[in-house]
This record gives sequence, C-alpha cells and structure tokens, in this order.
Amino acid sequence: MCATLSASTLLAIPLLPLAASATVGIFGTKLGGNLIGRLAAHSLTIFGVFLAFVLSAITLNNVVLHDARFDDTIYTWMVLGGLKMEIGFLVDGLTAMMMTVVTFVSLMIHIYTIGYMQEDKGYNRFFSYISLFTFSMLMLVMSNNMLQLFFGWEAVGLVSYLLIGFWFNKPSANFANMKAFLVNRVGDFGFILGIGLLVSYSGTLNYHENFEQAAELSRYLLPGTHWMLMTVICICLFIGAMGKSAQFPLHVWLPDSMEGPTPISALIHAATMVTAGIFMVARMSPLFELSDTALNFILVIGSITALFMGFLGIVQNDIKRVVAYSTLSQLGYMTVALGASAYSVAVFHLMTHAFFKALLFLAAGSVIMGVHHNQDIRWMGGLRKYMPITWVTFLLGSLALIGTPLFSGFYSKDAIIMAVHASQLPAAGLAYFSVLAGVFVTAFYSSRLYFLVFHGSERMDQNPDKHHAHHTHHGHHGTSKPHESPWVVTVPLVMLAIPSVLIGYLTISSILFGDFFYGSILVNSEMHKAMEMLREEFHGPARMAFHGLTSAPFWLALGGVVSAYYMYMVNPALPTAIRKRFQIVYTVLENKYYMDWFNENVLAPLVRGLGTALWRAGDQGVIDGACVNGSWRLVGWVSGVVRKFQTGYLYDYALTMVLGVFVLMTYFVWLK
Amino acid sequence: MTLTLGHFLSLGAILFALSVVGIFLNRKNLIVLMMAIELMLLAVNTNFVAFSYDLGNMHGQIFVFFIMTVAAAESAIGLAILVLLFRNKSNINVDELNSLKG
Repeated sequence: MCATLSASTLLAIPLLPLAASATVGIFGTKLGGNLIGRLAAHSLTIFGVFLAFVLSAITLNNVVLHDARFDDTIYTWMVLGGLKMEIGFLVDGLTAMMMTVVTFVSLMIHIYTIGYMQEDKGYNRFFSYISLFTFSMLMLVMSNNMLQLFFGWEAVGLVSYLLIGFWFNKPSANFANMKAFLVNRVGDFGFILGIGLLVSYSGTLNYHENFEQAAELSRYLLPGTHWMLMTVICICLFIGAMGKSAQFPLHVWLPDSMEGPTPISALIHAATMVTAGIFMVARMSPLFELSDTALNFILVIGSITALFMGFLGIVQNDIKRVVAYSTLSQLGYMTVALGASAYSVAVFHLMTHAFFKALLFLAAGSVIMGVHHNQDIRWMGGLRKYMPITWVTFLLGSLALIGTPLFSGFYSKDAIIMAVHASQLPAAGLAYFSVLAGVFVTAFYSSRLYFLVFHGSERMDQNPDKHHAHHTHHGHHGTSKPHESPWVVTVPLVMLAIPSVLIGYLTISSILFGDFFYGSILVNSEMHKAMEMLREEFHGPARMAFHGLTSAPFWLALGGVVSAYYMYMVNPALPTAIRKRFQIVYTVLENKYYMDWFNENVLAPLVRGLGTALWRAGDQGVIDGACVNGSWRLVGWVSGVVRKFQTGYLYDYALTMVLGVFVLMTYFVWLK
Repeated sequence: MTLTLGHFLSLGAILFALSVVGIFLNRKNLIVLMMAIELMLLAVNTNFVAFSYDLGNMHGQIFVFFIMTVAAAESAIGLAILVLLFRNKSNINVDELNSLKG
C-alpha cells in the first residue's frame, strides 16, 4: 500500500456513484425505455457506492497511518482574467473522514432502500437519486476550491429537492420541496455573497491560497463602512451554512422535508447533507478564527437552535418529526461547538451524529413499515415484542443521542459542553446554558419517543384513521399485527448501531486530541483557548466516561429520562394535565413558535410586495417603459417631425437645402 | 468710377439671390426652375472669375470652364427627365409634382 494518494483513485470515488446514477437514471426509467430492472438497478448503484466506500476507507487509512495528503488540480475548467476555475481535490484528515462517513452511511441506506421501497413504483428513480446525492456530497467534501464547493453545495440541494418531492402526487410533498428549495436559496444567497467578497479581495478560488492571504485580508474594512471585511465574509458564509444546516431562523424547511421517503430523511436530512454547513465552517476555520464577531454570531444562532428546536420535539406526534427536531437541535450543538472554536469537536459530533441519527431514522422507518405506514406515535406502543431488532437498535441510537457515558454521543456532546464552558467569548455564557438545558430536553423527547413507541400498551387499534387506511393499502395483510422488517432493513440497522456505540470511545483521543486534523483545522489557540483547556482536562476515554457520571450533563440527561418515564409510563394522565395547565406554551410549541405563520403571513407578502413594486417600477417602468417602448416612441416622434419636411414639392426641398447651407455657412464663418 | 472686386461680388450676390427667390416663388413651370439653377451657377462663376482676376490666379477661371461643362451636361439630363416627365404626367406643373413624398 503506497503512502501517496493517486489522482485517478480519488477521481474514481465520486465518479463511480455518478456513473451508476446516470446509467440507472437513464436506462432504468421511462426516459431510456425501462431497459434495466429493479435487481440490476439496485445492484449497480450499490456496487458503485460500495467501491466508493472501499476506496474512501483505503484513503482514510493512508491519511491516518501514512500521513498522506493530496491537494492538486485535476482539471482546469476555464481561466477568466487571473481567476482560475478548476476542479481539484484536497484530501486530508477532515476530507477523508467525511468521505468515509458519507459513503458508509450511503451504502447502508442503499441496502435499506431495497426493503423500504420495494412496493414503490419509483424504485429505480430513487436509486438513481441517492447515488447522484452520493456523488454531489463527495464533490462537496473533496473540493479544494470555492467553486467546486459551491457546485457540490447546490447539487446536494437539488437532489434534496428531488427527493423531498419524490412522491410528486402528494401536494404536501410538493409544498415541502418548494419550501426547502426557497429557504435554501436565502442561505445560498449569503453563501455566494461571502464567496464573491472573499474572491474579489483574494483573487483566487483555491482554499489554501485564500487561507495564506487571510491574515492580510483581516486588516481591511469593508469599503464605506466600519465593518471588518473578514467579519462580513464569515457571516455571509455562515448564512449559507445556516440555510444548509437548518439553523434558526432558516430551519423551517427541515421538519417539512420529512415528506420524503424515510431513507432520504436518514441520509440527506440527518446524516450528511445538513452537516455540509458544519463541514464548510470547519474547513474555513482559518477565516473564522480571525473574526470574534462572527464566532459570537455563530454561538448565538447555534444556542437558539440547540435549545428551542429541542422543545418542539417534545410536542410532536409524528415519529419522523420528533427525530427531525432532534436533528435540528443536534445541528445547533455542532454550530455552538464551531462558535467556541472547537471545530474538531463539531466535526467529531458530526460524525457520531451521522451514525446514530441515521440509525434512529432507519429504525423509525422500520417501525413505520412494521405498523403499516402509520407515523403517529400515539397509535403505536408495545412494539418491542414484535420488532426485537428494531427495538434494540433504536434503544442504542437513543442512548447515544441522550449522551449515555461510553456511547459515541456522550463523547462528542460532553466535549461540546466542555468546550463551550471553556470558551471566553461573550456569547459563550448563553450558549453554555442552552447546551446544558438542551441535554435535559434531548433526553426527555428521546425517552418519550422510545417509551411511546416500544413500551406501554398497544394502541394500534385506536387510530381513528386506521380502519380506512387498512383497507385501501393493506387489505392483503389479513392481520394488522406489527411485524419485524426484512433482513435488508435490519442489517443496516445493526451495521449502524455498531459505530453508534463504539466510535466515540475508539476515536476521541486521535480525533480531538491527536493530530488527525493537523493542517485541515486551524485554531488560534492564543485567542481561543477552548481546545487547549479541553486537552489539559482529557485523560483518556474511559476516565472521561467515569468523570461524566459525576458531571451535570449526565444528571440532566438522567432527569430527562426519568421524568419522561414517569410522565408516559407511570402516570400517563400527567402530560394532559400539564398541557391543560400551560395551554399557551403548548399552543406556541404546537405552532412551532409561529415561524411558519410569520413566514407565510408577514415575510412572504412583504417580499412579494417588494417583488411586485420592483416589477412595476423596474421591469414595467424602466425596462419595458423607458428602454424598450421609449426607444421606439422616440424614433417614431422624430420621424413624425422629419416627415413634415417631406412634402414632395421641389421648392420645399430646395428651401431646406438653402437654409441648410445658410446654417452651415453661419456656423463656419461666425461661430468657428 | 473704377470697377472693384466689390462690384463683381455684389453682382454675383444679386444674381444668386435672384435665382434663390426664383426657385422659391416659382410654383408653375419646371423649366423656369432649371433656369434659376443655371443662374445660380452663373453667379458662382462670376465670383470665381472676379476672385481669379483680383488675385492673379488662373485656377479660378479653369474651374469656371469645368462648371460650365458640368452645367451644360446637367441641363441636358434635366431636360431629358423633363421630357419623360411630361410624357408620363402630361404636365410639368411644379405644384402637382409631389410623388417624392415618403
């Protein structure tokens, strides 16, 4: 095994899924005449993504063991002036880790999809889309320049749009994918402004060339203002991350994206795509380190998201939406870690979260299949008897999410809390409170979900909509007993449960405190001491778990679990009583803080009004009125005047000529 | 009284003015119009000759020959057009010739 990375191997990693996607997408659908059947479609895409996973794992191995690095241009697209637009790869610890996580989760989801989508008409189309997603995400993480990053960024957004609206006959799915696309446009607008601003000052799209100039750029102010250039660039870039990683107030699209099929919720809207924003900020750490204002901004946004989105998870009844709000809250945690300059901790949480949240979503999908496509947790309960594998894996995922010591989520979440505690930025106090309170909330809604679904009385027959649904969709089942899912569904669950439990314990030393991210994440340790202090306090993963038993987060999490157990298992009347007592709070939570209402009734009419005004004044007034119609009216008017001279009579022409001569003579003789 | 340059130039100017007025006032006959144009050329020729004599430079008088030649040719063409016009329209009344209008 050689220590260097070859360009052709790296190129094969994103291109294999692309080739599989294109083949299946064209020949497996009506477009190419349905030449490929279901077996060939899923074999081909799984083979492509499997090879990509193997190559990624080899790359990761080379990077870790042999310290191999790659940073080069593969292809020059065009050169405009001095600006080179290229496709290139930058492979270091951060990239190699992301590549492996993306391809591994994607592979699991490809396998899971065989079971989940077996009755769907769009089977081949679905496989084509998820392979296309894998390609886009790999292009995003492997990029060595802003342009390719933006390409990957938009491409994953496109695939997300396609997959949220996968069941395009459902009006709610169409609404949700439009919403996701539009909200992401807002973020992307900030993102492209940030890229443009950076490139206009540095003159290059390449990451490393930008980072080399970063210190110099940080001395500039934005022309005409007193704002630091670097602050503006970082906040613009972070607005892009807010859109993609669903941070408050651009989070509204993520819960609605649950309209898509469950494997997609797991792959795109939990494990990989939504973490692109976190990845991007970590990749841009040399820039963000230069602006404390931007870091404070990130801390505030992250802490709002981490705590308040967790609250919403408590009142939801749709199993997927609970997990979706949990995702929002966990993304808030990662953002907080970024703000505290603990980029490696954020990426570490990104990785552990990718495993346990993909697991939770897939387990939720397995539950949905088991209870015949009912998603409402009020009509579940007692499923552990019927779905033992799903039950165990879901339990492991939940324990990891709650932050049980020794589980992967514990290491990453505790590291975030410690990092925020150690951070000296002004907003760190607020963030510390949020993430601590968030631990209780996370434990509470996770346990509520777990108890309601897998324990307690069986409420499958009490669903008021059930009778109807049963006859239309599943008349052939005969019995309405829940059933365990087939092996293609349970194997990915088990495969994801293993890293969900172990990966934190195994990798925390090297990822957070070793030199895994050396050269890819840069922290100004004199200004931002959080990571230094973490390193001093760390004495091995076992000691950390032991120490965790006596720390506040553990007791908060335990409190959350116990109170959820009491409220939903011991005394089920209590939640209703609390709901009656605090009706206002419940209404606010039920309506998601009225964010959707605000967007639909205030923001959208305002923007539409602005658009109408600009259309009237700008388009109809200036462009249509003055430019297009104005020019022909001017020509018409001038010709109307000139036509008056064209009488057809000779003497009039003669008069005009003589007068013309007279005027010219006057001009030359007297005026010149 | 001796004849000076001024006298000749005045004569030229008077002739020129006469011809201009002739063009404007004449609304009847196309032939009179052509005559007025000839007169205009003659006024110019007078100026050429006067300046040529006064400055002792023969170039002006050579130009007069050229102008007279061109004027003769132009009259010939003009009269030819006029004949064709009369054949088509049966009159040469200036007031009724307005088909040049766009």
